[in-house]
Amino acid sequence: MQLTVWTYEGPPHVGAMRIATAMKGVHFVLHAPQGDTYADLLFTMIERRGARPPVTYTTFQARDLGTDTAEIFKTAARDAFERFDPDLMLVGASCTAELIQDDPGGLARALNLPVPTITLELPSYQKKENWGAAETFYQIVRGLATEAPAPKAEGAKPSCNILGATALGFRHRDDVIEITRLLNQMGIEINVAAPMGATADDIRRLPQADFNVVLYPEIADTAARWLERQYGQKAVRTIPMGFQATCEFVREVAALAGVDPEPVLAQHGSHMPWWSRSVDSNYLTGKRVFVFGDATHAMAAARVAKEELGFEVVGLGCYNREFARDVRACAAELGVEALITDDYLLVEETIAALQPELVLGTQMERHIAKRLGVPCAVISAPVHVQDFPARYAPVMGFEGANVLFDTWVHPLVMGLEEHLLTMFREDFEFNDAAGPSHLGGHAKVEAAAQPAPEPEFVPMAAQATTQETITVVNWSPEASKELSKIPFFVRGKAKRNTERYAVEQGLETISIEALYDAKSHFAR
Amino acid sequence: MSDAVTLISPNSEARPVLRERGQREVFCGLTGIVWLHRKIQDAFFLVVGSRTCAHLIQSAAGVMVFAEPRFATAIMEERDLAGLVDANEELDRVVDRLLSRRPDIKLLFLVGSCPSEVIKLDLSRAAERLSTKHSPSVRVLNYSGSGIETTFTQGEDACLVAMIPEAPVASEEAPASLLVVGTLPDIVEDQFSRLFNQLGIGPVHFFPPRNSQSIPAIGPNTKFLLAQPFLGETARALTERGAQHLPALFPFGAEGTTHWLKAAADAFGIPELHFLAVVAPGRERAKRALEAQKQHLAGKSIFFFPDSQMEPSLARFLSRELDMKLIEVGTPYLNRQLLSAEMEYLPDNVTLSEGQDVDRQLDRCREAKPDLVVCGMGLANPLEMEGISTKWSIELVFSPVHGFDCAGDLAGLFARPLFRRSVLKV
Repeated sequence: MQLTVWTYEGPPHVGAMRIATAMKGVHFVLHAPQGDTYADLLFTMIERRGARPPVTYTTFQARDLGTDTAEIFKTAARDAFERFDPDLMLVGASCTAELIQDDPGGLARALNLPVPTITLELPSYQKKENWGAAETFYQIVRGLATEAPAPKAEGAKPSCNILGATALGFRHRDDVIEITRLLNQMGIEINVAAPMGATADDIRRLPQADFNVVLYPEIADTAARWLERQYGQKAVRTIPMGFQATCEFVREVAALAGVDPEPVLAQHGSHMPWWSRSVDSNYLTGKRVFVFGDATHAMAAARVAKEELGFEVVGLGCYNREFARDVRACAAELGVEALITDDYLLVEETIAALQPELVLGTQMERHIAKRLGVPCAVISAPVHVQDFPARYAPVMGFEGANVLFDTWVHPLVMGLEEHLLTMFREDFEFNDAAGPSHLGGHAKVEAAAQPAPEPEFVPMAAQATTQETITVVNWSPEASKELSKIPFFVRGKAKRNTERYAVEQGLETISIEALYDAKSHFAR
Repeated sequence: MSDAVTLISPNSEARPVLRERGQREVFCGLTGIVWLHRKIQDAFFLVVGSRTCAHLIQSAAGVMVFAEPRFATAIMEERDLAGLVDANEELDRVVDRLLSRRPDIKLLFLVGSCPSEVIKLDLSRAAERLSTKHSPSVRVLNYSGSGIETTFTQGEDACLVAMIPEAPVASEEAPASLLVVGTLPDIVEDQFSRLFNQLGIGPVHFFPPRNSQSIPAIGPNTKFLLAQPFLGETARALTERGAQHLPALFPFGAEGTTHWLKAAADAFGIPELHFLAVVAPGRERAKRALEAQKQHLAGKSIFFFPDSQMEPSLARFLSRELDMKLIEVGTPYLNRQLLSAEMEYLPDNVTLSEGQDVDRQLDRCREAKPDLVVCGMGLANPLEMEGISTKWSIELVFSPVHGFDCAGDLAGLFARPLFRRSVLKV
């Protein structure tokens, strides 16, 4: 058993729902107990979808167990087919139905429905949401994309598929628009974008494309690999997130499509490089940032943070183990240790220990950051209603790079303000406890009123390491006071460095002298 | 589903009820943890279940706003099911970790789920064992919030039933006391406390209490009022402890609240004139507040999808005090005994439905074209997109809606979607 406060991913059948909901003309019959219908609200509330997800739940109850749950499934599947008239049926079981072993696949086959019916095996006690989405998409592609492509007409434009966008994805809606536009500018036709917006017939046409663009490997990697094996379709694997990555993406696509990348690169139109080089952005240099999310977004964000905004990446991690190796390699390049975990408490403890000046994470990290008083921007699913903006806000492509600049820089204290806060800390109204002046809210004031951590909250992992931290030296009252004069956004770093210095030097108490010795010791 | 619809009449006079069995678009009982964990401030709720359970609780009602919740899930994994590890040892380990993290917890609920029920994990024995182990600092209780056994608010019912044995026994000589049963917002408790005090009824206790150390004593001289219509099992367990149920309308609106208070006043022998004098100001305030909302609601038709079991009581309030036209009143479960008074106050031409086949019910709803639909969050936006105004039902469980001084707010919850639609020009 795993003790969990928050989960980064839902169960695998929610991943399957994300595929079914993204597509058109698909219906998913899920053998599930009463209550599992909560998953509908993820789509109708968080994503504000104006239609119910195309899912029929059998919603069996205790009185049905051992009598006729299989019959309930058959009736539900038959009724759903008649009512919704889908071109493709998916059948599967949620965690409880998996235990009662009714075999939805066999039951559905016995109905002899006149449309393809794909059985999903979704092992709820081993796998999670992203896996469920990837497996579902793979099974659909494998089941439907069975015909080899017709020979290509002479002089036809190069074409590709865009794979991986789903319902409930982080900015998938706008990323697909942005990347479609970019590819079209390069003279490349989009054969099919899937799963989002695709029909069963579109899936059948996938092999017709010259190559695949895999925007979200968490979802489309398995299917893309199968298409490559089966039909020799190459896949573009550069994720076009950030300015440089988008340029690399354009070159990779151009090489596969046999087109010239330079015209598109020459008129990219992105403001991001200049915004970042402009003198106003100088204060961003060396900001300590912690990055966590799904592997794809986290790795791309780390690179943008370091190379395009001049931040220092002090931590990098992901919650999906499937891509742990890539994240470890990326972290090693950045000189940090990768944090591969889906334990929210461990992430919280790591952030608390690293004391970053900015957190780039998921909704979970947004809560952690709020609690620790650190600015935060969301870069990855799991998502919140706020991550579905009304405006166009891709995170991929050249426009995406602009969006990243704005959303990551906005939560920070601005340059000159930072200086003024450092110089005049004791101003009664313009001080760091008041928070960045361009942001609303009074969270910081509260934090200042209660400097001690809430008594009921003891980070679990921190408890485990109490034995080590107990040896940490004491702060003299004078040094402690001096430390409090350092602005909050660098205070954590100063505290950590000074304590490290004191331990290294074998000091029992940190004096003001030791504080400044440590400052010069760690000066770069 | 086909041919599952039957009309039944519990007795010759009783109104017909449309009973349906099909897809039920409702929450399971685990959802009650969302409000229970805020109410009982030294209690912690540990769901023993699957990743789905954990995902449900964090998704329902957007509870992710709470940075440090007093609930968690012990997620069962493959090795727990395959018998590679002993489920009880695993549970002990998880509970140890949890309690060392939260030394302030005095009451721990092990909450059963669909998977734990299906594999027949005996949580009552586990609770007993863990109680002994962590005694006296922590008491461990259990109940089931599984979807196969409970629908939404039934989770609270099950939780309260589990707490009743913890209540000290009040002797036969103990003076009469009033127990108000069902989670109420703190402010509503305070409002009711003042009223009972003015009436001269006391001592008054609320159950569940704000703190597990203050569970009130229960005995033959305990008289109890249900504040919520979904507490049938709790009522039964209290009655078995010798307590006396005071049947009444539920305290929604001026009429319901008056009726509810009157039941207590009569049981405590409060003179009629004194009763009328005490309730008059509140009742007048409620009526004035309702008058303001009536302009948006009178004559408008309303359709309830089943959700919390509060539907018949709310429908009675909307029909009698705001002149709304009831089309269908759906409830996941119709407790005829607790709701007998409510049902007498409902108009004859309303369809009462119990259980659900959501697709059929949506067909009926579209056909009826109601002005307002009360439904869960999975259905609200799709209906809005079809041009039908909706009110999310979960808000009715989460907001202060009981008593005289919340009557206007309760009506406001129904009026707001209609008012909003009239204001918007986009």
